[in-house]
Amino acid sequence: MTQPFVQIDGVAMRYGGVEGTLALRHASLDVADGEFVAVVGPSGCGKSTLMRLVTGLWPPTEGTVIVDGKEVDGPLSVAGMAFQNPTLLPWRNILDNVMLPLEVVQPHRRQLRAQRGTYERKARDLLKLVGLEGFEAKFPWQLSGGMQQRASLCRALVHDPRLLMLDEPFGALDVFTREDLWDVLQAVWLARKPTVILVTHDLKEAVYLADRVLIMSSRPGRIIAERHVPYPRPRRLDQTYEAKFQAIVHELRDRISDARKGEDADVR
Amino acid sequence: MSARSTRSAEALAAAARRRRRLENALPWLVTIGMFAVWEAAVHLFGIQPFILPAPSAIAESMVKWWQPLLSNSWATLLTTFVGFIMAVGFGLALGVLIGSSVLVYRGLYPLLIAFNSVPKVAVVPILVIWFGAGFWPAALTAFLISFFPIVVNVATGIATVEPELRDVLRALGARPIDIITKVGLPRSMPYFFASLKVAITVAFVGSIISETVAANEGIGHLMLVASSRFDVPLVFAGLIVTGIMGVLMYWVAVTLEERTTGWATRGQNDPRLATGG
Repeated sequence: MTQPFVQIDGVAMRYGGVEGTLALRHASLDVADGEFVAVVGPSGCGKSTLMRLVTGLWPPTEGTVIVDGKEVDGPLSVAGMAFQNPTLLPWRNILDNVMLPLEVVQPHRRQLRAQRGTYERKARDLLKLVGLEGFEAKFPWQLSGGMQQRASLCRALVHDPRLLMLDEPFGALDVFTREDLWDVLQAVWLARKPTVILVTHDLKEAVYLADRVLIMSSRPGRIIAERHVPYPRPRRLDQTYEAKFQAIVHELRDRISDARKGEDADVR
Repeated sequence: MSARSTRSAEALAAAARRRRRLENALPWLVTIGMFAVWEAAVHLFGIQPFILPAPSAIAESMVKWWQPLLSNSWATLLTTFVGFIMAVGFGLALGVLIGSSVLVYRGLYPLLIAFNSVPKVAVVPILVIWFGAGFWPAALTAFLISFFPIVVNVATGIATVEPELRDVLRALGARPIDIITKVGLPRSMPYFFASLKVAITVAFVGSIISETVAANEGIGHLMLVASSRFDVPLVFAGLIVTGIMGVLMYWVAVTLEERTTGWATRGQNDPRLATGG
């Protein structure tokens, strides 16, 4: 058996010193290379903390995080990130926003000036893939929220990251835009096969997109259950209305409400 | 029906044009109105010229003394500009340092505030002892009085970069210097230009203060000489020339701002820019 691409082992994370909030405890999970994993859980369960640990933005208080066979001890450069807020730079047009990682990540940074044309074509191809062709010269504030999120996704992908970390990227969008973007994300993933960890609170989204859905307990968070999604790819939106699909969503829902009951018991 | 709607559209456009013309004319109208009221008040209440000269008397004095006024305001403009440029360079550098390092912020900020609270007129004699009367004390006073708003604004712009954006860049392996040059600095530019508008006007205050204390030329020096001769209209002429220079420099700063940071005031008046959807 091959080694998992992301390996989180017995990780704990506490904020603000010894007396601080314990966000994660005994959290362990493995993600295979090229796998699409969704992490769901009650709000405040430390999902976003998990993301920041995997990308090396913060060191864990306890335990180890291993990515690509190496223990993470600083920010990874193999990761692309997208958040609920598109965080595009308002003074750059869409193309320049998407190309921002190339100005930072090695080896692209070194080659950018010499091979500007190649890189620009790559960015344009990506924008075309997410349906933003013709908007390259527009500024972020000239685009709708959904289009900004598409651009943000392109920015997360332009340097061909092996690991894509998505923190509720579609959380602020309306249902129709969100479903459009699910298919965009699925197409991107099928075309490039990065390892994806998607944090979300939308169960339908998790089941539709992921190979495997991980369920976190309430704070301090840890992985309490996982569910494989047997649907083959590419998946279609009409499948989300099938009884089998709904059954998986309901099953996840029950497990999460169990997790929340546990939280109530802790308080009392 | 359609004829009527075209007509009303034309009427709307005409109203918008009238309003724009009014907006453009308003600064002049208000200024002229103020001088008119001033002139009338002086004549009505019979105020002596050495208390408050009428605008006509000031204009007369301006024409009479146009040569010294011009050469001295040129000297002041040059002094102020040199001090201001120094303030921009130093203010930007210190602002970046303070905005990007909590340690520098904690260490320097109290000192900066203490320094900024010192009346600069009290510093001028020290500068005169160090550099002698003339150009440098005035330029340095302009510098000292105008760098503080630049530092504070640039530091604010850099320190308030969105944490998520910082994470995006850090997760790419960006060094702190990358985050500052790619995000922090461009982001702080609107703050920077806002501070320039304050800085350029107070820079004039600085150089003129210094000129009134110790200098051989400049508008401040001219006003000092004029007041010692009780030539009050000339004192007022100096004040008005200073005001005009301030407005001109402010206008330069605003033009620069509009050219470089249009994105910050994105399309507030231009519905064509919004696509929505």
